Amino acid sequence: MTFRVHVRVVPRPGLLDPQGQAVAHALAALGFPGVGEVRVGRAIELELEADDRATAEAAATAMCERLLANPVTEDFTVAVEG
Amino acid sequence: MTIRVAVIRFPGSNCESETLEAARRAGATAELLDYRATSLGGADVVILPGGFSYGDYLRSGAIARFAPVMQAVRAHAEAGGGVLGICNGFQVLCEAHLLPGALLHNAGQRFVARPVDVRIERTSTICTGLFRPGAVVRIPQAHGEGRFVADEATLDALERDNQVVLRYVPVPGSDLPHNPNGSARDIAGICNPAGNVVGFMPHPERLAEATLGDTIGQTFFASLVGAPTSGAPA
Repeated sequence: MTFRVHVRVVPRPGLLDPQGQAVAHALAALGFPGVGEVRVGRAIELELEADDRATAEAAATAMCERLLANPVTEDFTVAVEG
Repeated sequence: MTIRVAVIRFPGSNCESETLEAARRAGATAELLDYRATSLGGADVVILPGGFSYGDYLRSGAIARFAPVMQAVRAHAEAGGGVLGICNGFQVLCEAHLLPGALLHNAGQRFVARPVDVRIERTSTICTGLFRPGAVVRIPQAHGEGRFVADEATLDALERDNQVVLRYVPVPGSDLPHNPNGSARDIAGICNPAGNVVGFMPHPERLAEATLGDTIGQTFFASLVGAPTSGAPA
């Protein structure tokens, strides 16, 4: 069956994230109060044909380790829908 | 015997012509090599040039790392063959784990294109042998993602094992930050322990002929082919 997989990749905590800082400054400049640290990553959605949910999750995790995230600088989460 | 150099052209490479010419001027037999090639065709040294391979999609170098030719590059590196990555080529080598660490967006969030001063920290590599140890050279660089990062243990190991090849140093009289991208420990380039795999952000091929004002960049290519430089050592 076809699963919809949501992959979320974010910069490792502790790594300088200039993009996040720029967004935090922009939000402050727009007058949004209370915004603390902002980190910008990327979301990847993919359709995946697999026998079951666990297989889909394992495959997506392997994709993250191999290509979608850089283990040196990024953390990822995988969520399988359906 | 003439050294044979292969300059890989990925989709989105844009410095391959200057790099090829610099290698030829240094006396190498140099050819472009398509990213789909499965062999290096007998090349002694392979150069991964600057540019924006695969549009820098996902992360710079992340997709080029899986180009067919990279299997041959990896085998060449592991057999002790020379591999040089310039700018995007350095990013590809890090993504391929042929060099440690990663290159992230510049701390200032801007593409920075200006000359920088770098110190030659190691001369026992495939491309820095003709420099005087500790020489400072002014060389162009142009990148948006040149901030070298690695965990502290990796950085300590790089320093301990003399794997830092180029380091940004202050430019006398300049108000600009000497480190253009926020790179850890001012690192501009590194190598593997043996010194046969080298990656750095600056572009020596852009300052390698007299009409461009200086030929200091040519020294990297002359070192690569083991040829004497036309001028005095830097």
